[in-house]
Amino acid sequence: MLSGCNSALLDPKGSIGVQEKELIITALLLMLIVVIPVILMTIYFAYRYRESNTGEEYAPEWAHSTKIEVVVWTIPIIIIAILATITWRSTHELEPSKPIASDVKPITIEVVSLDWKWLFIYPEENIATVNYVAFPKDVPVQFKLTSDNIMNAFFIPRLGTQIYAMPGMVTKLNLIANHTGDYKGFASNYSGKGFSQMKFTAAAMEDRTAFLNWVQQVKASPDRIEDWEQFRALASPTVAEPVKMFSSIPPFLFTDVVTQHPGSMNCLPENLG
Amino acid sequence: MQTNVAAHDHDHHHDSAGNKLFGFWVYLMSDCVLFATLFATYAVLESGSIAGPTGKDIFELPFVFVETMLLLFSSITFGFGMIAMKRKDVAGLKRWLKVTFLLGAGFIGMEVYEFHHLIVEGYGPQESAFLSAFFTLVGTHGLHVTFGLIWLAVGYHQLSTKGLNDNMSMRFQCLSLFWHFLDIVWICVFTIVYLLGVM
Amino acid sequence: MFGRLTLESIPYHEPIIVVTLAVIAIVGLAVVAAITKAGKWQYLWNEWFTSVDHKKLGFMYIAVAMVMLIRGFADAVMMRSQQLLSAAGESGYLPPHHYDQIFTAHGVIMIFFVAMPLVIGLMNIIVPLQIGARDVAFPYLNNLSFWLFVVGVILTNMSLGLGEFGRTGWLAYPPLSGIEASPGVGVDYWIWALQISGVGTTLTGVNFFATILRMRTPSMPMMKMPVFTWASLCANILIIISFPILTVTIALLTLDRYIGTHFFTNDLGGNVMMYVNLIWAWGHPEVYILILPIFGVFSEVTATFSRKKLFGYTSLVWATIVITILAFVVWLHHFFTMGSGANVNAFFGIATMIISIPTGVKIFNWLFTMYKGRIRFTTPMMWTVGFLITFSVGGMTGVLMAVPGADFVLHNSVFLIAHFHNVIIGGVVFGCFAAITYWFPKATGFTMNETWGKRAFICWIVGFLMAFLPLYALGFMGMTRRLSQDLNPEYFPLLAVAAAGTAVIALGVACQFIQIYVSVRDREQNRDLTGDPWGGRTFEWATSSPPPFYNFAHLPKGDVLDGFWYQKQSGEFDPTKEVEYERIHMPKNTPTGIYVSAWALVFGFAMIWYIWWLAAASFVGIIVTCIQHSYNDDVDYYVEVEEIKAIEAERRAQLEEAKKNEVKDNEKKDDLEVTYAN
Repeated sequence: MLSGCNSALLDPKGSIGVQEKELIITALLLMLIVVIPVILMTIYFAYRYRESNTGEEYAPEWAHSTKIEVVVWTIPIIIIAILATITWRSTHELEPSKPIASDVKPITIEVVSLDWKWLFIYPEENIATVNYVAFPKDVPVQFKLTSDNIMNAFFIPRLGTQIYAMPGMVTKLNLIANHTGDYKGFASNYSGKGFSQMKFTAAAMEDRTAFLNWVQQVKASPDRIEDWEQFRALASPTVAEPVKMFSSIPPFLFTDVVTQHPGSMNCLPENLG
Repeated sequence: MQTNVAAHDHDHHHDSAGNKLFGFWVYLMSDCVLFATLFATYAVLESGSIAGPTGKDIFELPFVFVETMLLLFSSITFGFGMIAMKRKDVAGLKRWLKVTFLLGAGFIGMEVYEFHHLIVEGYGPQESAFLSAFFTLVGTHGLHVTFGLIWLAVGYHQLSTKGLNDNMSMRFQCLSLFWHFLDIVWICVFTIVYLLGVM
Repeated sequence: MFGRLTLESIPYHEPIIVVTLAVIAIVGLAVVAAITKAGKWQYLWNEWFTSVDHKKLGFMYIAVAMVMLIRGFADAVMMRSQQLLSAAGESGYLPPHHYDQIFTAHGVIMIFFVAMPLVIGLMNIIVPLQIGARDVAFPYLNNLSFWLFVVGVILTNMSLGLGEFGRTGWLAYPPLSGIEASPGVGVDYWIWALQISGVGTTLTGVNFFATILRMRTPSMPMMKMPVFTWASLCANILIIISFPILTVTIALLTLDRYIGTHFFTNDLGGNVMMYVNLIWAWGHPEVYILILPIFGVFSEVTATFSRKKLFGYTSLVWATIVITILAFVVWLHHFFTMGSGANVNAFFGIATMIISIPTGVKIFNWLFTMYKGRIRFTTPMMWTVGFLITFSVGGMTGVLMAVPGADFVLHNSVFLIAHFHNVIIGGVVFGCFAAITYWFPKATGFTMNETWGKRAFICWIVGFLMAFLPLYALGFMGMTRRLSQDLNPEYFPLLAVAAAGTAVIALGVACQFIQIYVSVRDREQNRDLTGDPWGGRTFEWATSSPPPFYNFAHLPKGDVLDGFWYQKQSGEFDPTKEVEYERIHMPKNTPTGIYVSAWALVFGFAMIWYIWWLAAASFVGIIVTCIQHSYNDDVDYYVEVEEIKAIEAERRAQLEEAKKNEVKDNEKKDDLEVTYAN
């Protein structure tokens, strides 16, 4: 049933995903300590105490046992206490906005969810792409996300954590790829007509050199986003958009997208990326 | 069949007035949650006034003070009405109901004036999240008071058609709970919206 | 004059919808024709529609719910088949415009118009009987609640033929549900269907809370109430506290859409995160409203069919209360990925896990009720065993997703879909089927056919496992929810199994409709003459089946837990004894609930289509009708002793017949024994 190799969550390609997989397995095993006996007891009691099995003791008034009460309250409490401790620790460890500890300098990528495609902005390189995001492996990626107009969610299952992208607001997600490869990414919060086809490719490249070669490729693209009007043209609703590359973009494009809605939350300084 | 509870049948069923009053209390508690949700929304959205005025800019405390006094006094006069009702003094009850109605209508009149004034100035509920939350919270309270006034008027009329029987008495007790409850909500509105908004 | 309603609003270019409408029209006309031919309109109006009798209202809730189950299930079949076709590389037959309405409607219908009315219907029929009362505290309000619910059903179904339904998901998050992204009538249908039926539900909450606290037979203290009643009490507390939150949230969205306020817009200070918080602050208690009474059902069924006292009554009651309280502090687990920060996420995650403790206690209590019992595997007991196994798995996956780190990769995936269907089908639906089979004889006077019941159970549990276990695996493969186009072909094999599972469930549903047909056909052979076909333990079984409209001629003595059972054992319960009767005070039927709801239907319709003059007029109509009703003093009457005597005499005659049948059966058995001995 669980074809391990094809299961993105069970064969993750980045340390965040790996931690999450271990968390899932640990939690499941802890709970199976209770669930398996429950299922076995159900089948066993149903069989043993069936009406036709007249040899068994019949105790119609027996309805209380302090020993049993103590056990059925205590064992779950202990398991949940363990799970709660794991939860506290792992929730803080895996907090999406928490930078990934590394000696390597992280790469920042700004993400804008549009109808129905993903725009990736590289602020340092001053380039942008649609439905294709590349970064070197073993380098922490700091995503800053927003949405042009509809609440959306950004997910690369092989790498781990998903996060909502909301208009007028910035969410942060830290991921890392530890293996080269092209990973499937998509939208995971229903956002309208083109939702099913809002897919992108996350390319983890062999090393910085490979990544920089790719950046050069994008910089050679004839397409550019010159100004806000051209961005709005790009943002107009389309479905199943092919990959696009933009060799230059207006400065502070991401900030402009975030602050385009007058009077939204972003005007509070702590919300500006 | 079952053992002798015949005597109990009678009593227990005839506390239907008590049941109705209890049920009304429970409904009021659900209304409490309704207002709590509106207060929570107001608290979150109050800072959403970037595009327009803040409380300081638009609230006129003296005006609101008069409004508040009207409503508070209407609670007192309703209380006097209930005392008259306990004494079976129908004329007295009617008198105090009339005064309560006038005070309540005065409150609503002032609130409508305040809303109208704000809208005409360009500070309507569509101008910002803060204004949306303000108009909705205060307006919902006002709508409740308006329903209370309609109820009061109908009850007043029914005193003439039905007289003051047990059922009418129970209904006025429910209305009394409703009226005082709205008074308490107003005190919260006055404090959280107007007073804190101006500080 | 007609707002934005035009002839174009009728979707006559959509073949699937046209066919559906045609089928509904034909079936509807056939039903109307049959009733007219049988001359039963007056009867239906007098005896059922205007009834304030909790038993009749409960029956009608369940009947409507079963009809809506067909529509909700049809939605499911369409979704599974479209996804399968898409994964096979086809474009399928449902473009997003339709598919997205279907998954929205599926959720809305199943939660609001199938699960809720099933649970509320059961509470209606059984709670007053279990507490030894003659009706609920507010019978007229009860009738109003039912018709307001029907208005929600009508509006939702109307959207099929006039306009469209929302394309937002069942909870209609803004900004997608705002006026800019969804300018059509779809979200407005959602708004008014839920808002109007929500008022009905809130009134039900108040009604049953007052009923359970104030109308118990005088000798019954709280800690001797049956567990189903305790669970219902807690569910109604949840309703009273949570539904006003839904009312406000929908109202704020309504204001945004209708007059341009900024609660949930992107600009001018609106905050979509506030909507998400508010809607789930209602939404989580909602699922406990559904499951708590069902836990109560399983308690009753397990004790009865194990022929044993329920294990750990006191801890069961406290566990229910703890769950009720905790239900209010976990809502954020529905959006861990919204970025609320680690402390907040961890708090809500841990709070969610804690709920599994009292829930687990309940499961053990049921198991230890079975332990050293004498278990009869009737249909209700089979549903119960099926529940114990499937719900444990569903609960486990729920606790898994309560760990934020795990949820980060599982949120909004089909793993989530599998989890909640696991607990809602394996929990709520199985429980409703157990309850319906268990209490059917009480409500109708004859038992359901066991063979078809068992066949239905086998189909449902196999079908359910086939339809949803693959979704757990697909979730681990990264498949997200609500997809309809360009599905990853790798998903095909598991989606095929899931689709096959849906087909098996369909067989199960078919078995249930056959069961109803066969049960009605064979009702004379399966008459419940004693009123106590299973050897029950609680007071609903102390009446005839169906009970007289006044429930009890004499209120039962409820000072002992499982009082009915012990009164049977001691001989104190003797319904053949003739006793003295007193007049009984009962409420009169009333059409006001129907009139108010009719105005509400017009109001909702007018608001959806922007027909302002009609909206204003119908709103006034609601108020005027309510005021008119308050002038009406003719609301009750006394049942005279003669009538009671006649009804109770009929009961004694039934009991005689039952005794005769028992003697005949025993004689047959004796004959058999004699033959063997030879």
